[in-house]
Amino acid sequence: MNDHALSITLFVVFVAATLGITFWASRNTKSATDYYAGGRSFSGVQNGLAIGGDYMSAASFLGIAGIIALSGYDGFLYSIGFLVAWLVALLLVAELMRNSGKFTMADVLAFRMSPRPVRTAAGVSTITVSIFYLLAQMVGAGALVGLLFGITSDAGKIGTIVVVGLLMIIYVVVGGMKGTTWVQIVKAVLLMSGAALVTLLVLGHFGFNLSSLLGTAAQQSGKGDAFLNPGLKYGVEAKGIVGKLDLISLGLALVLGTAGLPHILIRFYTVPTARDARKSVLWGIGIIGVFYLLTLVLGFGAAALVGSKAIAEQNKAGNTAAPQLALEIGQRLFGDVGGTVLLAIIAAVAFATILAVVAGLTLASSSSFAHDLYAHVFKRGQATEQQEIKVARIAAFGIGAVSIVLGIFAQNLNVAFLVALAFAVAASGNLPAILYSLFWKRFNTAGAVSAIYGGLVSAVVLVIFSPVVSGTPTALFPGAAFNWFPLENPGLVSIPIGFLAGYIGTVLSKEYNAGKYAEIEVRSLTGAGAEKATGH
Amino acid sequence: MTTRHDASSAYEQVQASPDFQELRRRYRNWAFPVTVAFLVWYLLYVILSGFARGFMGTKVFGNINVALIFGVLQFVSTFLIAWAYARHADRKLDPLSDKLRGEMEKTSNE
Repeated sequence: MNDHALSITLFVVFVAATLGITFWASRNTKSATDYYAGGRSFSGVQNGLAIGGDYMSAASFLGIAGIIALSGYDGFLYSIGFLVAWLVALLLVAELMRNSGKFTMADVLAFRMSPRPVRTAAGVSTITVSIFYLLAQMVGAGALVGLLFGITSDAGKIGTIVVVGLLMIIYVVVGGMKGTTWVQIVKAVLLMSGAALVTLLVLGHFGFNLSSLLGTAAQQSGKGDAFLNPGLKYGVEAKGIVGKLDLISLGLALVLGTAGLPHILIRFYTVPTARDARKSVLWGIGIIGVFYLLTLVLGFGAAALVGSKAIAEQNKAGNTAAPQLALEIGQRLFGDVGGTVLLAIIAAVAFATILAVVAGLTLASSSSFAHDLYAHVFKRGQATEQQEIKVARIAAFGIGAVSIVLGIFAQNLNVAFLVALAFAVAASGNLPAILYSLFWKRFNTAGAVSAIYGGLVSAVVLVIFSPVVSGTPTALFPGAAFNWFPLENPGLVSIPIGFLAGYIGTVLSKEYNAGKYAEIEVRSLTGAGAEKATGH
Repeated sequence: MTTRHDASSAYEQVQASPDFQELRRRYRNWAFPVTVAFLVWYLLYVILSGFARGFMGTKVFGNINVALIFGVLQFVSTFLIAWAYARHADRKLDPLSDKLRGEMEKTSNE
């Protein structure tokens, strides 16, 4: 237990510091703009760090390092998709959304459409995507706590899920966007520092010779050169064409999903101008890019120094590769105390990462519930600001409570696929609706609603009938077999369905508003009439 | 409702103006082809990872193979495109959008 006392202490310090910031931020959170968008007063650099904080989830830190440690090169494929995706956000979405929207993704979609059906669809999609993502993170937190903090009982896991859930509710309800953004900034700095520290130690251990690191990793993985080539994880050869198509399907969802993730999109509203939104994405790309290069070294380093076998024994998915590596390299370089300290740092950082990401997701989904579903659909735009903020806080509490309960029930299920599903839904439903809204004059209500529901429903239905839900030993329900759809990732089919549904819905309806298109086009490119920052 | 109609037609006038058409052209002519290019470049990488594993596994020097270099090149191209877009926006888009926004805010204050 002594080994874990330091991890827990460091984590408690992080929680205390971020709670302090959250309560401090809450003093200046009065208007709806403060609550939803942090008063639009963050700088490009601050928001760039927060983008990194929101995006670098435990799935990318522990998950990618783990996949690389067990399956070698294939983990790198994820990193590349996750990074290249940011160019879609930079070139096509960030600035235009900042100029034409207010608080949520639906603000842009509903701009020239009939608001109620479009906001309903966007709200449903936002909440669905966020809950999938949240659930995967919550269950991940329960699974990790045993390995990181030495808590292995079922009661301990449930306790962890409850604590994570309660903390994220406090961050969001008390601090709103301002508090949540500061949590992301602190977490991003800690995560980058922790990952950079271990990376430097690993590289130093190999005399900064990447080739020698890779050679040792290949040897210690027990898989030889195949470890450095694509294809181990996706069993491309064993599964033939299906494995290859699955890889392409995953690649598509990763690269197109980011610019449709609601918790990422609302980040663009927290800065004063479109130029700051651009700057924040540039900083985000820099931070995220460097981070994924670090995870590459961490993953191969874990394989080389800890060995794939020892990692798989701890956790079948390899999620503990990074902490195990920290312990190993610390012990080798600085003895037992060094190992304990380094492990404690990485474990605390991993937990801070989970906490920050779930807070961002809760904020995005509760904002959409209050602003889209309550204020515009239910109250038809007649709600006051104070009513809206109150409902947003209640919704954050409700969504938090729901994800705690679901997280407890799902704690022994394999729900890791939910992150990929969230990306697939974002790419299939949200992205077509956003791009058509910004760039296609003829686009209309029927098109927006068809794109969102078409993409959302096709992605979810295909996953339900895929091998991740039934028919395989690692599936959600290993005992059943209704897996008629062969691919694990639905993107290859559902993304074209989303774009096509948006197109067909549009041309089948005669509605279209040239005046409002002129307005969104002029506003999105010039920033005229864009929402201003509030002065605090 | 009338004000709303007037506002819309003011936007339509700006939309039809030569300055705005030039801004729109400069933005789209850069962003759209580059988006297609980086998506094709990325998909090429993904497809080669699935279908040309022999080629991707070729060692170039030491234990560094084509797959790793190709992957790192995706990082490099992402950084370069981001930098080039920032430069393009700074030089070609911002001055024009500032000018248009200034004109529109002046008219709406009169």
